[in-house]
Amino acid sequence: MIDRSLILQMTADVIIRTAAVFALFLLFRGHNAPGGGFVAGLVVVSGLVIRLVASGRVRARQSLPAPPATIMGLGLALALATGIAGWVWGDAFLEAAKVTLDVPLLGEMHMTSALLFDIGVFMVVIGVGTALVLALAETENGP
Amino acid sequence: MIVLALALTVAVLYAAGTYLLFQRNLSRIVIGLALLTHGANLLLLLAGGRAGRPPIVGAEGGPAADPVPQALALTAIVITFGSTAFLLALAYRSWLLTRSDEVEDDVEDVRIATMTALREREAEEEIVVDEEAS
Amino acid sequence: MTPLLPVIVPFGAAAISLALGRRHALRRSLGVLALVANLVASVLLLQEVRDGSVVTVVVGDWPAPIGISVVVDLFSAIMLSVASLMLLAVFVYAIGSSRTDDTTLFFHPVYLLLASGVSASFVTGDLFNLFVAFEMTLVCSYVLITLGGSKPQVRHGTTYVVISLLASTLFVTAVGLVYAATGTVNMADLAVKLQAIDPALREALSVLFLVVFGIKAAIFPLFFWLPDSYPTAAAPVTAIFAGLLTKVGVYAIVRSQTLLFSQDTHSTLLLATAALTMTVGVLGAIAQDDVKRILSFHIVSQIGYMIFGLGLFTVAGLAATVFYVVHHILIKTTLFMVGGLIEERTGTAALRRLGGMLHTSPFLAALFLIPALSLAGVPPLSGFVAKLTLIQSGLEVGAYMTVSVALFVSILTLFSMTKIWAGVFWGAPEAPPPMPEGLESSRPRFPPLMVGSTAALVAASLLFVVAAAPLYQLGQRAAEFLFEPAQYVEAVLGP
Repeated sequence: MIDRSLILQMTADVIIRTAAVFALFLLFRGHNAPGGGFVAGLVVVSGLVIRLVASGRVRARQSLPAPPATIMGLGLALALATGIAGWVWGDAFLEAAKVTLDVPLLGEMHMTSALLFDIGVFMVVIGVGTALVLALAETENGP
Repeated sequence: MIVLALALTVAVLYAAGTYLLFQRNLSRIVIGLALLTHGANLLLLLAGGRAGRPPIVGAEGGPAADPVPQALALTAIVITFGSTAFLLALAYRSWLLTRSDEVEDDVEDVRIATMTALREREAEEEIVVDEEAS
Repeated sequence: MTPLLPVIVPFGAAAISLALGRRHALRRSLGVLALVANLVASVLLLQEVRDGSVVTVVVGDWPAPIGISVVVDLFSAIMLSVASLMLLAVFVYAIGSSRTDDTTLFFHPVYLLLASGVSASFVTGDLFNLFVAFEMTLVCSYVLITLGGSKPQVRHGTTYVVISLLASTLFVTAVGLVYAATGTVNMADLAVKLQAIDPALREALSVLFLVVFGIKAAIFPLFFWLPDSYPTAAAPVTAIFAGLLTKVGVYAIVRSQTLLFSQDTHSTLLLATAALTMTVGVLGAIAQDDVKRILSFHIVSQIGYMIFGLGLFTVAGLAATVFYVVHHILIKTTLFMVGGLIEERTGTAALRRLGGMLHTSPFLAALFLIPALSLAGVPPLSGFVAKLTLIQSGLEVGAYMTVSVALFVSILTLFSMTKIWAGVFWGAPEAPPPMPEGLESSRPRFPPLMVGSTAALVAASLLFVVAAAPLYQLGQRAAEFLFEPAQYVEAVLGP
């Protein structure tokens, strides 16, 4: 068992939560401003890297709600479903729709179906990134 | 001026990438490929025309940068990211298995060399057998 | 019928398959179902474009040339149909195989994504989207080729990934240069705009694309990665790579050379490349002593024939190429499946350790003999028809040099097929080398699914002989349309 730094383990919790919130911020602003699902996913994965360094592979894997492959699959399915929805209710595959919602407290919100697609991308990037990072963290002694 | 600087950067990235690709260390090859793809992405951006124009969102009616190469470069960056990460994982795996970062000799060459050695040994054995028989 | 279905269906199935995790039975049925649907959709598309119409769709409702066009003409539809048949057969084969099926979590979804990528390469009408489709296929192939994670697989897989990444970088470079020269990446739009640019620049771009696609198609002198990397992968993976991946490259060469860089006379460059590819490939095959390596070198050699037909730039030549590609996909996949069966049975593919399988498994010998003779071009099998039409069209143009090389290479091909035959099937049966622990008792020596799918493909290749005349006519019509870019352009951009 490798001796892990307690300080790092404690700060990792804070950093990961901050990264997750920042990722959500990037995800939702990404339509007309810098950001989006891909970058947001990478931010989440970098949070996971901190967890990996602090607490090892097993904990890092556990901090995701599902196995990486499942997240990838659901993300791909969501992105594809958005595309097909544009086809069923609109004119063409991947056609984007937009709605303006009047949310209490937050005011008027501009939503596009591209956001759903972006959430799909977000999930795929988290899945792929985690799988790769875990593969890179492998040692010959196992996890 | 900006275009010239970008063009020179592309040239340097391609040159350095190609040089690194010819090395025997896998880690250098990976870095070489990364440089090459950066060069290619920059080239895509250059293909969109003069640098320094505002992005199309917010450029109200005025001249805007061509968004198509930007979209292409973005896609290419994402794809390259995935492939390079996979290659890196593969290189690491290869290092775990062999404890060496060097790319080995061409498999075909090794095979032919062993085949020739095998044939020579067989021929020698035949001579020995013939001599014993006589 | 939308041309997007062959892309969407396997893609969706891959997503669900990933999410399913370790529910293997469900995943298998899902995969088979998706690939059957893929086949049906492809055949329906073929039916739709038989009369020469071109089906187009734009993604996201952006008009062409701004949006991404999806275009299916007769050539695409033929490729789609053959490819989806192979994808289905090899998937069934893989379910029966001990090395791929439930041993890894990633085989099924990645295979389905590969299927989606191959279809996407055939239907796209956009140069950059072709790059994306290629990448999708390649990333999946990286995963598949290193699936076992064993030492040789990682070693050869690395070569494969590095070469493919280099080719991809060149592709991006070429797309960037084309965009700089014309301001578009839509292929129909390019067909018009490339005519207007400086001929020297056009020629340079043409050669650049030939190199990019040539690496994927493994033409001389860019083939060196193929015989190294293919044989180490699991048998079903090698079978589908051998059948489809290089042919995606050939498709891209044919498409770009006819639609974008068409010329009036035969191309000396392509003919010389073709002759060298044939010769070097077959000489490499003769030097080998391993079934899978011999067959891998034959892929290279056969690619030469396809480039030969294209290089003539006549309708007859291109028709022969289309026919040859279809024949080759079918035969090559079958041969690699038989090679996998030999390996499954004995645990090795090395000729020196094999022998006498004619006595121990005569049915397997028959399964090998038919496609092997067809590959060499023995009448009346499909390889004979393919080579005959190719050589006839070569003689019409007067490319005597390449024709004589092609004939000579055929004899050498027959020779190296007899080498496999003599090494594997004749002679005294060798004591089979010990199987890996645990495999010996747990499964039958010939998994029925593997033999069944191989036999089905052999039967299909016999059917191919019977239906050679109508199929050749189909190929001829596809070639005629390929030489009429105006129709393709009009379908995409409107009159």
